[in-house]
Amino acid sequence: MTTPILQDTETLEVNLGPQHPSTHGVFRMNVKLEGETIVSLKPVMGYLHRNHEQIAENMSYLGSMPYTDRLDYFNSMSNNFGYALAVEKLANIEVPERAEYLRVIMAELTRLVNHVSVIGFLLNDLGAFFTPILYAFREREKILDIFEETAGSRMMCNYFRFGGVKLDLPSGVLDRIKKIVSGFPKFLDEFEGLLTKNEILCMRCQNVGVLPYDLALNAGITGPMARASGVNYDIRKVDGYSLYNRFKFKIPLGKAGDVYDRYMIRILEMRQSLEILRQALKEIPEGPVLNPKQATLAKAPRNFKPPKGEAYGRVEAPKGELGFYLVSDGSAQPWRYHVRAPSFVNLTVLEDLCIGHKVADAVIILGSIDIVLGEVDH
Amino acid sequence: MNIIDVKSKLESQFPGIQIQIVNGALLLKPEDLLRVVQFLKESPEWRMDYLSLITAVDYLEFLESVYHLYSTEKKSGPVVIKVRLPRDNPKIPSLVPIYRGAEYQEREAYDMMGIIYEGHPDLRRIFMWEGFEGFPLRKDYLPEDEDVLEMEDVEWLERHGVKVPEEYKAFAQQLKASGKEARAERPKAQAEP
Repeated sequence: MTTPILQDTETLEVNLGPQHPSTHGVFRMNVKLEGETIVSLKPVMGYLHRNHEQIAENMSYLGSMPYTDRLDYFNSMSNNFGYALAVEKLANIEVPERAEYLRVIMAELTRLVNHVSVIGFLLNDLGAFFTPILYAFREREKILDIFEETAGSRMMCNYFRFGGVKLDLPSGVLDRIKKIVSGFPKFLDEFEGLLTKNEILCMRCQNVGVLPYDLALNAGITGPMARASGVNYDIRKVDGYSLYNRFKFKIPLGKAGDVYDRYMIRILEMRQSLEILRQALKEIPEGPVLNPKQATLAKAPRNFKPPKGEAYGRVEAPKGELGFYLVSDGSAQPWRYHVRAPSFVNLTVLEDLCIGHKVADAVIILGSIDIVLGEVDH
Repeated sequence: MNIIDVKSKLESQFPGIQIQIVNGALLLKPEDLLRVVQFLKESPEWRMDYLSLITAVDYLEFLESVYHLYSTEKKSGPVVIKVRLPRDNPKIPSLVPIYRGAEYQEREAYDMMGIIYEGHPDLRRIFMWEGFEGFPLRKDYLPEDEDVLEMEDVEWLERHGVKVPEEYKAFAQQLKASGKEARAERPKAQAEP
């Protein structure tokens, strides 16, 4: 048994952030410390709040499509996907088959982008400065080049439209995606060879920030974080939206629910994404990429008036369940537009995960939750 | 999953409960919310163990709190629950004792719409700063007009050695005397193309 050296310790209050490299943006953790151990942690957010919802309520439906890119700016494709899905549900729009394939391909590519970079950032937080993340960014760059060629922008893609996608793939891009997909496992093997059994990574990550199954479920945690705790819930499987029930893929599940599991789940999910991509690239048919009834929408977005009603469209974004709740009053602007941001809800358990750990562990726990402040503060 | 089944099951479980179906959602009275949600969560038939979304909508005559429940065990859902609240005193029991996941989303709905979740452990503003007045997502909220100088701004500027033109100063005084604040007009829906 260890005897405490200091009998009368005073709790020390420290503000981690808002400008702090470990907080991935402007986010503040109000931490109370006993020595170096965390006894209380209150997240403070809203520094990036711009009332995204009100801006969207004062705009045409299509007008907020580019603005959804700015929610989770790492995965603009999946944000577009969620919003397009919600509006299509609201207005009963059908999507041509080729467009669905393109959507799945883009969504899975963006999942690869997100997961490699979040692992890179996690390693940054662990102190492995910029070597792992540059390995990750090398691969990310190849995918961003694809995005640039198809959508015209690397990060703010604005690629989806109601009833399809903006443009078809330029010639030769499909072959390049195939090349990336076939080359990616080799990179993953290399990445894993450097990291998965690395002694420092194991020591820092295993049994740190353990999220038990019950808490994960009760707190509404979604995405890789929930699956690392063993919650078998993947909206791609459950809802089978778009074409996901056509493809064969597995949902990797963790047991311990610690930071290491969250790292491992992301590696395994990337392998499953590659599996989906391989099938999608093999089967993709020729045909139109936009529902012809919606093709004139870009010229007169205010003519688009969904019938009165409401819809909740949700997708499995790389960070968890991304949902858009829309209420239409029959006019050209949504009456209510609400974003259910996955990383915002996932932050609920940050305090539970950090209590009892050291400050340095709080940094990697936050890194393993994988937040993007554009989305948290929407 | 059929919403009518859920409704009839709930009616037999809680005699005398008033439930309506609106847009495929169950419309409840605020006092029934907790027991209905608890029942949906625990009954072996539904197992609604995952609370996905909480939000609020301003329908001008009333505010509405909306809940989307799913089941991770049965892979079913959603059951949408709505509760209508008066605009002047929107009070509703908090779901945090049943679902931890409600914590931040209820704070968000409070911050943006002003719905008071009774029994919430820490109901504070989450995005807006402390001391902020008003609820920005209500339809009658008007943001501050940043182009108009108020008396406080004039005083601040003069304290810092900026000369404020007389007409601005007079307008600020007039505004202060009338007891109003400078509020921007809400952007109106643009004309149809």
